[in-house]
Amino acid sequence: MKLVVLSGKGGTGKTTVSTNLSKVLNMAYVDCDVEEPNGHIFLNHDHVEEKEVFLLNPEFDTTKCTMCGQCVTSCQFNALAKVLDRIMLFPSLCHGCGACSLACPVDAIMEKPRTIGKIQYQNQFYMGILNIKEPMGGPVISELNKMVKESAIFDAPPGTSCSVVKTLDHADFALLVTEPTKFGLHDLKLAVELVKSLSVPFGIIENRAEEEEFLIRDYCEEEGLDLIYQIPFSKSAASKYAGGRLLIEDDDFKVHFETLGQLVMKRLEGA
Amino acid sequence: MELVIISGKGGTGKTTLTSALSALMDSSVLKVDCDVDASNLHLMFEKEDIKKEAFYGAKVAKIDHEKCISCNKCYQVCRFDAVVETLDVNPLKCEGCGACMVACPVKAITLEEEHTGYSYLTKTPVGYIARAELFPGAEGSGKLVSAVRKINTGSEHKLIDGSPGVGCAVMASITGVDYAVIVTEPSQSGYEDLKRVFELTKHFKIKSFVVINKFDIHLGLSDVIKRFCYEEKIPVIGEIPFDSMVSHAINQGKTIIEYDTPASKAVVSVYEKLRKEVGL
Repeated sequence: MKLVVLSGKGGTGKTTVSTNLSKVLNMAYVDCDVEEPNGHIFLNHDHVEEKEVFLLNPEFDTTKCTMCGQCVTSCQFNALAKVLDRIMLFPSLCHGCGACSLACPVDAIMEKPRTIGKIQYQNQFYMGILNIKEPMGGPVISELNKMVKESAIFDAPPGTSCSVVKTLDHADFALLVTEPTKFGLHDLKLAVELVKSLSVPFGIIENRAEEEEFLIRDYCEEEGLDLIYQIPFSKSAASKYAGGRLLIEDDDFKVHFETLGQLVMKRLEGA
Repeated sequence: MELVIISGKGGTGKTTLTSALSALMDSSVLKVDCDVDASNLHLMFEKEDIKKEAFYGAKVAKIDHEKCISCNKCYQVCRFDAVVETLDVNPLKCEGCGACMVACPVKAITLEEEHTGYSYLTKTPVGYIARAELFPGAEGSGKLVSAVRKINTGSEHKLIDGSPGVGCAVMASITGVDYAVIVTEPSQSGYEDLKRVFELTKHFKIKSFVVINKFDIHLGLSDVIKRFCYEEKIPVIGEIPFDSMVSHAINQGKTIIEYDTPASKAVVSVYEKLRKEVGL
């Protein structure tokens, strides 16, 4: 069972929902926000195993290369350039697709792995980390998708672009976390569009809900969307989160997350 | 002169700060919203789009089944699982690399440009906003960011609202800028993400400043962040208190400086420090 937590807008509470729910539902937690992974702050673990994630980059055998330039032409990402007497690689632009080595008529290209990030894991906990200065988190997320075989909650990156699509691969259900502001609503609509286009069944969680603010409730009602739960705003919850603690340590919030967990399980059974 | 507002962690208040600074600065400063998959700055103002351009930021492989001889080479070489067993292309997985096209012995595969979003030039009471919308699920946010940054109104100065993270979209937002303001919050997450994004601005040799938003949510962590900034010699140019008026103001379509509250006073003081430091 794969449950994905996403949001569109950043900072609405994806990690809060994912970490607390993973405890309440006893599911594994998978941090796919590889540019800024934060789940580890809330889920303590002592002995972490590590696995590197790499991309295959071309290396040129200058004794074979005829400087025909077909590798440069074949590269769609402008990662290769012909300079004077050699072919130059811009590693951060390389997607590791292998088109250049397929294009080379004299077999002068060898592919060598280059590390772009890593995965740390320990029972029921997985975290992808993209190295600083590396632009593409996608391969780290794909590796997480391959590694995790158990029932798990995937904490997605913010936004709705390709890395969120990768996180949603083979998802059984998606939870869209939002907040009752104009920004939250605008970005929620994009997230709804995304999960609908991927045909992933979904429900919405309104975080930091305020009694007199109806933005999210009204939208869900108008569109006939499943507003699963409203987590109330609480300054003490905010400071607990700030200090890196799980909200379920607090009795009131434990009840909130247990109720939310039951509601989510019902949807998962139907999904 | 270009100044970018970034944060690492999402939801720390980039757009709220950018909108307030936009209202305080001279309207000739061009505002650029580089958060192309959650573009929110324009929501704060009355607006009129005066220019809209389609953006083609990705390529997708197309297999011509008339020519295809079902040799399966495309399926074998695709490293993104985008070619499925029936020899069709899943556009959401296709990275447009063209490895399949190179491998195809009968030239049955072409790469086609894909419409992935729009860029806009929008007129508002606080001046022009260059912005973009990436279609949900599309590839190439970094490319769209670069395209938005090329929109030119002849303005000498630019105020750029960045996106969360440290990856391609952020790298495209900060390449070549003169200054960065990193908006953080006193949480373990905010602090971790600040350290990562600062490593990036340091690598690009961009002079950075820090603003601690909602500093009173956790005073202990605010101190930890200030100590880090002191050690890394990053000037802390503002500490904004938590203020429930902020989200109220956003929902009214107003910037926080239209209210007389502790948060708005702190934002005005950030603006004054920036004016002194960078001349905006």
